Amino acid sequence: MHIVVCIKQVPDSAQIRVHPVTNTIMRQGVPTIINPYDLFSLEQALRLRDRFNGTVTVLTMGPPMAEDSLRKAITFGADRGVLLTDRFFAGSDTLATSFALSQAVVKIGETWGPPSLVFTGKQTIDGDTAQVGPGIARRLGLNQLTYVEAIEAVDPEGGSINVARRAEGGLQQLQTKLPALITMLEGTCEIRRGSLPDALRAARAEITVWNAEAAGIIDVTKCGLRGSPTVVKQVFAPKPREVKAEQVPTGDKSYADLSEVVMERILGLQPTLEADLLRMAAAY
Amino acid sequence: MSDTAKRPPATGGSRAGMKKELSEHFKAYKHVWVFIEYEHGNIHPVSLELLGEGRKLANKLGSELVGVLMGGGRQALAEAVTQCWEHGADLVYLCDDPVLEHYRNEPYSKALTDIVNTYKPEILLLGATTLGRDLAGSVATTVLTGLTADCTELAIDGEGSLAATRPTFGGSLLCTIHTLNFRPQMATVRPRVMAMPERVPGRTGRVIEHTLDMREEDVVTKVLRFLPDRESTKSQLAYADVVVAGGIGLRSPENLQLVRNLAEVLGGEWGGSRPLVQKGWMPADRQIGQTGKTIRPKLYIAAGISGAIQHRVGVEGADLIVAINTDPRAPIFDFAHLGIVADALQLLPALTDAFRRRLSVNRLAG
Repeated sequence: MHIVVCIKQVPDSAQIRVHPVTNTIMRQGVPTIINPYDLFSLEQALRLRDRFNGTVTVLTMGPPMAEDSLRKAITFGADRGVLLTDRFFAGSDTLATSFALSQAVVKIGETWGPPSLVFTGKQTIDGDTAQVGPGIARRLGLNQLTYVEAIEAVDPEGGSINVARRAEGGLQQLQTKLPALITMLEGTCEIRRGSLPDALRAARAEITVWNAEAAGIIDVTKCGLRGSPTVVKQVFAPKPREVKAEQVPTGDKSYADLSEVVMERILGLQPTLEADLLRMAAAY
Repeated sequence: MSDTAKRPPATGGSRAGMKKELSEHFKAYKHVWVFIEYEHGNIHPVSLELLGEGRKLANKLGSELVGVLMGGGRQALAEAVTQCWEHGADLVYLCDDPVLEHYRNEPYSKALTDIVNTYKPEILLLGATTLGRDLAGSVATTVLTGLTADCTELAIDGEGSLAATRPTFGGSLLCTIHTLNFRPQMATVRPRVMAMPERVPGRTGRVIEHTLDMREEDVVTKVLRFLPDRESTKSQLAYADVVVAGGIGLRSPENLQLVRNLAEVLGGEWGGSRPLVQKGWMPADRQIGQTGKTIRPKLYIAAGISGAIQHRVGVEGADLIVAINTDPRAPIFDFAHLGIVADALQLLPALTDAFRRRLSVNRLAG
């Protein structure tokens, strides 16, 4: 069983700062990580690999330094890493990204055998779109299983898979055929720690690096800025509200006194609130 | 095979310089559409919120507002059509087929793609729910157009294009995205980001039925079972009238109890900011903000939350925002209505007592 996991190297958003004066992003020195949502998909792929004695290929698209994220994935236990990197990919939106990644998945299939499953993260923490997974599924004709909470059964011989999928208002138990594309929900499994042998293997691993041509992409006009229907017109910091918050003077009041003042002010600013609260309380 | 030497040069510069040059065949794309999410006999509120927002865009463009409704089996679709009209739709495309009884990507993508290709919308809006996001990504890829996720503001610019604003860089800045030269212009919006429009009883419109070109035998994915969430276990955050939330200023996970106590006395829901989920202090379905729940309560109390943009966009729809923070320069004071520079760990219990006394006194008096 061959499984492909698509990951993305992202800046650690907890460490991004906005310049207080110019309102621009200060990206220098911000460490990069594997998109945290991808780790749940990677872990599920590794578990299936261990169970069915298969291989896991990790794929990423990005600048040359994104190779680090592939090595990191190998320390978790992935078998090989493929880096898709080319200046033609610069500025890709989700449509162009799903095109390039789907072409690379096809090439991976030609090189190491067609995958039964392709995993992506639910979404990324920098883009937060959740669009690339469905885009890849659509382009490759894979059966699409998003927001998966649990993989309940896999039958590689029979070519079927059962999952529990988070839907609006409940869980859907779905059955579909392989090959399929899965995006895992966060928090659905414990992520393993990399082992020492895997860490050593990762350090020495030969990462496969493909440019557009090596990945079999003939029409580069479908890549990068040129292949992206969306155009970012403006990036800006939100305007502060004209009026700042009315400050409740704290002085040297006790917290009991201060809370009375705050409560009165809340009820004063929102006159219908007290009646609503009483009605709700009466309903108990 | 292509000759590498002849590869076109990569486009340089920024996308902001790109111009609108809509090709002739896209000029036939008219009207503002909202995909109506209909499951288990109900329209998802986000679809009605989008009809409200779509109405404004349609009025600006001088075009019609259209709902696309799908379902089947034993469902009461006629009632849902009326609901669309009464929330602003002029026309409803209705696809009623037993294959569409439960959401599945394959038949829903097929139906929506076919309706889009037949009737050609200028703008197509969907709710950013698990269903809407699953469907939007497939449809946009199939028709090869642009899709902007989780918009917080939609407008029509001077050239008549959709200007879709959303947070970017993990919610630290906002960006405005256009789909200049492709149609439809697609966008998703999270529940509660837009206000619920006033329902106009008796308002009617037209309905056009669309036949699904797919049989059950053609659908690979089968729904074995649907396990509904128990109401008690599901947080009602998005639709609560009162919400109390905590941030990293609470200093330890145990102190979330202070937030829960105040929420309980006020008959409201509780939640927290993103770092609390990342630290494992609370489950993800309690997260308030861009990547969590968007809320529009009558009263929102934020305790020990600094107010990053990603949080701000999730709470800006609240009628009254009360912020408690020890740092007088915390960004939350830029968008709160009422601010208290104080230690939330001290003020929360005092405020809980004050409200408990007030409400019990008035209850006795009443």
